[in-house]
Amino acid sequence: MLAYIVRRLLLAVLTVWAISVLSFIIIHLPPGDYVTSYIASMSASGSAVSEGEAKALREQLGLDKPITVQYLKWTGLMLQGNFGMAMEWGRPVSDVIGDRLTLTMVISVAAIVFTWALALPIGIFSAVYRYSFMDYVFTLVGFIGLAIPGFLLALIVMYVGFAYFDANVGGLFSPDLVEAPWNMAKVWDLTKHLPIPAIVLGVAGTAQLIRIMRSNLLDELRKPYVMTARARGLSEYWVVMRYPVRVALNPFVSTIGYLLPYIVSGSIIVSLVLSLPTVGPLLLKALIAQDMFLAGTIVLLLGVLTVIGTFISDLLLMWIDPRIRRGRQ
Amino acid sequence: MAEHGAAEESSRVDPPGIALGVEAAAEPAAKHETRNLAEQRIAVATQWQLMWWRFRKHKLAVGGTLVLAAFYLLAIFADFFAYVDPSESDAQRSLMAPQAIHWFDEGSFKPYVYALKGTRDPMTFKRVYVPDTSTKIPIRFFGRGEPYELLGFIPADRHLFAVEGAKASESLFLMGTDTQGRDAWSRLMHATRTSMTIGLVSVALSLVLGVVLGGISGYFGGAIDSVIQRIIEILRSIPTIPLWMGLAAAVPNDWSVVQVYFAITIIISLIGWTELARVVRGRFISLKQEDFVMAAELVGCSKSRIIFRHMVPSFISHIIAATTLAIPAIIISETSLSFLGLGLRPPAISWGVLLQEAQNIQALVISPWLLIPSFAVIVAVLAFNFMGDGIRDAADPYL
Repeated sequence: MLAYIVRRLLLAVLTVWAISVLSFIIIHLPPGDYVTSYIASMSASGSAVSEGEAKALREQLGLDKPITVQYLKWTGLMLQGNFGMAMEWGRPVSDVIGDRLTLTMVISVAAIVFTWALALPIGIFSAVYRYSFMDYVFTLVGFIGLAIPGFLLALIVMYVGFAYFDANVGGLFSPDLVEAPWNMAKVWDLTKHLPIPAIVLGVAGTAQLIRIMRSNLLDELRKPYVMTARARGLSEYWVVMRYPVRVALNPFVSTIGYLLPYIVSGSIIVSLVLSLPTVGPLLLKALIAQDMFLAGTIVLLLGVLTVIGTFISDLLLMWIDPRIRRGRQ
Repeated sequence: MAEHGAAEESSRVDPPGIALGVEAAAEPAAKHETRNLAEQRIAVATQWQLMWWRFRKHKLAVGGTLVLAAFYLLAIFADFFAYVDPSESDAQRSLMAPQAIHWFDEGSFKPYVYALKGTRDPMTFKRVYVPDTSTKIPIRFFGRGEPYELLGFIPADRHLFAVEGAKASESLFLMGTDTQGRDAWSRLMHATRTSMTIGLVSVALSLVLGVVLGGISGYFGGAIDSVIQRIIEILRSIPTIPLWMGLAAAVPNDWSVVQVYFAITIIISLIGWTELARVVRGRFISLKQEDFVMAAELVGCSKSRIIFRHMVPSFISHIIAATTLAIPAIIISETSLSFLGLGLRPPAISWGVLLQEAQNIQALVISPWLLIPSFAVIVAVLAFNFMGDGIRDAADPYL
């Protein structure tokens, strides 16, 4: 059990490291550096930056050092929670990202909850009543759900809301609460706005999970112990729910590891269409403005939070699956 | 190996033409004979024939394949199906609605459309178009139009349909026009070419990476295997879209359309190879324990001969299935990136680029035809999924 946790933790640390390298690469990929884009943005607003000033700024930021030193310095600052300045906003990156990152995670978790809440009963139903009319309906809907990219679904939802209900279904807060400080009313407002983004984000994952749950449960239902349970006179409900569902649930939890990155990833682009105050629109803006520090930090933090989420799901898996708990794979 | 597998599966496969005959022949003797015949055919059938027979039974997969064939025909002959230059813009005809085609003119089959007259709504100052019923624009099938080069080297000017001798302002707009007055139908044809090929090019790259790394991982095992497996796990636990966005944003602005096209395919396949590698590795590991591999080793075959002559042919069908199932994800990735403005950029035309126009909801409500390219995306992805599922089931009925 300890070995399992240690192994997962090591992998998580390794992943975080890989993400940090990738984010650093993203920051350094475009030609020019922070100072070049700073000069560009300054001259766009009418004030010039002299050669000397540029040089001093480079030295101050350590941009004249070799790339490895820069990477170490950057990670060092990151570990202290200093993410640098967001150029366009003239504020520290952590200020700009703060709330938006939390909301990204809130939406992602809501999408996973939605995915589970729907996939579990439908998966069980489809397996128990295999080849029934509703099973075919769910399969068909699932196929279509898989085929529609998140942003298209968001577009369609927005369009339908706008054209037929004359309502703006985007956003996470009512207009009068956007700027308000956090209180119960605002939290309640958020919960009311959450379902639509959660559904849009969750549809593809739900379709996938239904198929996994269905095939897992079908495999379980064929096993002799199910027949034994039935022969002993257990009611059909308990025959299914007591053991096969619990066994089939296992891969359900283990797929969070893949589901979470997928949903976080999707939330970026869905947020843009639904104009949600997550890091998605911020990332796009930063990338277009070539504010690579902000962009790199967002990629890094999203990655790290995803890794943490995956790690939690690993612990959860250990909790529900005794085989892992007792150190057998 | 193939023969061995075939004998086992004989009860599952009906060779074409034989199963039907059985119903008609009532006598048990005749029935018995036909079945024998069927078994004989199965016994001598190659692995590919068996797969084909199983695939044919999967109606959705066959349907998906036909749809994809149609899509690729559109992609290859995009210039023929389009009737005007897809980047020819004209502010005078922006956001025109799709024209209704009138198929019959005075009782005979002579399709035509009415010319559209652009006016301004005096109340809202919006540009509106009213059909001018006095001017009929005849549509000619296989008529002459914009000159182009068929397959890139045959000069031609025939199009599926064309309006001969019409002025630009009174042309044909089957799917309306976009904000810059470009013909949506012609643009969709060219976008299909880009988006459908980007899937293929990208999947080819992923396939090379996946087969090489997955093969190494599965065949050698040990330390190399765990390193490659960890890399795959790490790559799969990173949210891909932000990463892609970051990489795609670094593509220099002054690159040509072709350069950007290849940069995007490389970026997408750099992260997309993991699933293919997983499939290849799994197959290698399970095949390594088969008797025929052991036999080949004992006979003294070289490693490369064992891999390419003995192992690869027996799992190539699985790779084809996994590849087919990987394409839709790539198409969605490209569409999403281009939709954000970070993938292919105008003047390149892809489904994602077309959908950029649909980003503005208000514009979309006024001109819903901008959403038409999304149907192409959904249908193509569905078709690939159906076909891939069919191939996978046909390749391995026990999976």
